[in-house]
Amino acid sequence: MLKISNLHAGIDGTEILKGIDLEIKAGEVHAIMGPNGSGKSTLSSVVAGREDYEVTQGHIDFEGEDLMDLAPEERAHKGVFLSFQYPIEIPGVTVTNFLKTSINETRKAQGLEPMPANVMLKKMREKMSLLEMDKGFLSRSLNEGFSGGEKKRNEIFQMAMLEPKLAILDETDSGLDIDALRIVANGVNKLKNKNNAVLLITHYQRLLDYIVPDFVHVLYKGKIVKSGDKNLALELEERGYDWIKEEQPA
Amino acid sequence: MPHAPADAVKALRYKQNNDSMSNEDQLLEEVTGSDYKYGFYTDIESDKAPNGLNEDIIRFISAKKNEPEWMLDWRLDAFRKWEKMTEPDWANIHYPKPDFQAISYYSAPKQKKTLDSLDEVDPELLKTFEKLGISLDEQKRLTGVAMDVVVDSVSVATTFKKTLAEKGIIFCAISEAIQEHPELVKKYLGTVVPKSDNFYAALNSAVFTDGSFCYIPKGVKCPMELSTYFRINEAGTGQFERTLLIADEDSYVSYLEGCTAPTRDENQLHAAVVELIALDDAEIKYSTVQNWYPGDKNGKGGVFNFVTKRGICERNAKISWTQVETGSAVTWKYPSCILKGENSIGEFYSVAVTNNYQQADTGTKMIHLGKNTKSTIISKGICAGKSNGSYRGLVKIGPRAENARNFSQCDSLLMGSSCGSHTFPYIETQNKTAKVEHEATTSKIGEDQIFYCNQRGIGEEEAIALIVNGYCKDVLNQLPMEFAVEAQKLLAISLEGSVG
Repeated sequence: MLKISNLHAGIDGTEILKGIDLEIKAGEVHAIMGPNGSGKSTLSSVVAGREDYEVTQGHIDFEGEDLMDLAPEERAHKGVFLSFQYPIEIPGVTVTNFLKTSINETRKAQGLEPMPANVMLKKMREKMSLLEMDKGFLSRSLNEGFSGGEKKRNEIFQMAMLEPKLAILDETDSGLDIDALRIVANGVNKLKNKNNAVLLITHYQRLLDYIVPDFVHVLYKGKIVKSGDKNLALELEERGYDWIKEEQPA
Repeated sequence: MPHAPADAVKALRYKQNNDSMSNEDQLLEEVTGSDYKYGFYTDIESDKAPNGLNEDIIRFISAKKNEPEWMLDWRLDAFRKWEKMTEPDWANIHYPKPDFQAISYYSAPKQKKTLDSLDEVDPELLKTFEKLGISLDEQKRLTGVAMDVVVDSVSVATTFKKTLAEKGIIFCAISEAIQEHPELVKKYLGTVVPKSDNFYAALNSAVFTDGSFCYIPKGVKCPMELSTYFRINEAGTGQFERTLLIADEDSYVSYLEGCTAPTRDENQLHAAVVELIALDDAEIKYSTVQNWYPGDKNGKGGVFNFVTKRGICERNAKISWTQVETGSAVTWKYPSCILKGENSIGEFYSVAVTNNYQQADTGTKMIHLGKNTKSTIISKGICAGKSNGSYRGLVKIGPRAENARNFSQCDSLLMGSSCGSHTFPYIETQNKTAKVEHEATTSKIGEDQIFYCNQRGIGEEEAIALIVNGYCKDVLNQLPMEFAVEAQKLLAISLEGSVG
């Protein structure tokens, strides 16, 4: 589904990603871990198409198509979803209105008619109950005055509504208390199927107790320096990142 | 029956905005950029006064309108006052001063008789209608083809007019009101905006030729939103419009004023006066969507819009001004409320957009005279391109206005780094019990917000429209439904391509 090869990217002339290779197939859950500043968020931004980042080398293929030629909204239309580490506030725009615009713009790009209001409402109710969200949520201004946990839950709610092929969850666990983490993780697990894929970006093992990855990769200084299964995450939890750093050539 | 294509076009534009623009047209427009959407020019012969302004011209106008002596005297008095005044220059706007002697103050379309079929209508006008996608029946109505020959087309307007008449509501052109209801006009004209109020109001008082008159009788709730669109058979887009609206005791009316002028508007200067009178327990809601030609991308051309709008509230009365202003090259406009009666309420909700080289100096005045009077001001400025937007407001609490209260919120949204936004709030209180609150914010549309929208599949133009509409929500919510939809579209159109 996603194939990243030899990806080099940076911002303002500083190279942050220094040759990333990563392949994610449908039905898989991958986790990327790594110390601060290793390039995890840069990787998610580059895949989503944030223009501040410059790709100097390499390719990102998504379902056989070169993502590099596509604008961020076009990537979204193809089914790439990014759950933001810091979701953005848009005052005066309700969650409902935002989602409606988002869904219908995506459908328009896919040559579909706008989703009928009753279908959308039904779906909203369904997904909200999945994530144990209050109905009042829908009429609030997007992310404005939301607690950290509400913002993250709202990201997953949008993901549930948009049903992307590839969901990149950038530190979705940060800011969530243990109950909220369980609910969000449970939501992600229920949305998971053999046709979609999840890329988790996280510092901590605890999210991986709930969303179990098929593969774990360690990102360090802009490169994936180690890959393994879920046990690698446990090992990291126990030993920290220092042993990884030590293994690297100076 | 006089028929005026100008008004027809205006009404049509309003209609067109509402329903006839297909998605494909919209898409095409987005692709081809944001040139002025209503730039049709219809070449119709008109009956015109020679350029210049003097007492003879005023006599000419008055005679053309077949006015009574008192009206002529009123105009002449205004003209003499105007002659002694100088054009104000305190506003934060810069423009070449108009040459008042180079303007023609009267222009009426020649075609006036009722026609038998569309074949007799000026083909130029019909072409304009076609561009706007107007139905044949509507074309007939608007061009003055006698409608009773078309059996199955009961025009909306006729139906509305009948409903209004049943309630005793008078809604007609000001010139018709001068003829038909002189006692009301005499009693109220110039009572809220005196002839000598300001330079442009004096000029308007001397030369106005068109505008609306509305009277809502005691205890009557006007059953529909009144709009110039439904005021058939009368000219409307005058250069010097005069509107007089009287809501008698315990009545209610919602009035819509919509303007989108053609690009080739030869009247560069517009100086309208609007007077609202809300008697005891009455309520007036006055909504404006203004989309006059703002000039091109380089600041060439465009309408100068110098408007005086003011209302007076008697006991327990309420006046609410809502405006969405996206047009005109230069705007100078302060819809105001004189809260004379006890417990009266004044409200001002405004969105003012400036783009390219547009300049707007706009705001409101809330004059609290009576006890327990309340006012609310919500002003949302949006500046893009190289434009300049200013909010100028006065909250004045008189010595007898015990417990008067005001809340003001003035927000500015900047797009790009070449525009300017300014706020000039004035507060004068002469009563210790007054409570006046003022809040102000300035923000920018962030790249973060745009990217967030992009990531959810929303393209840049759509994202800006979404963010701007969210920002203006408190004001847009005040507009009647169909107007709100139009206003949202206008906001999007006038800001196209302004981020990036």
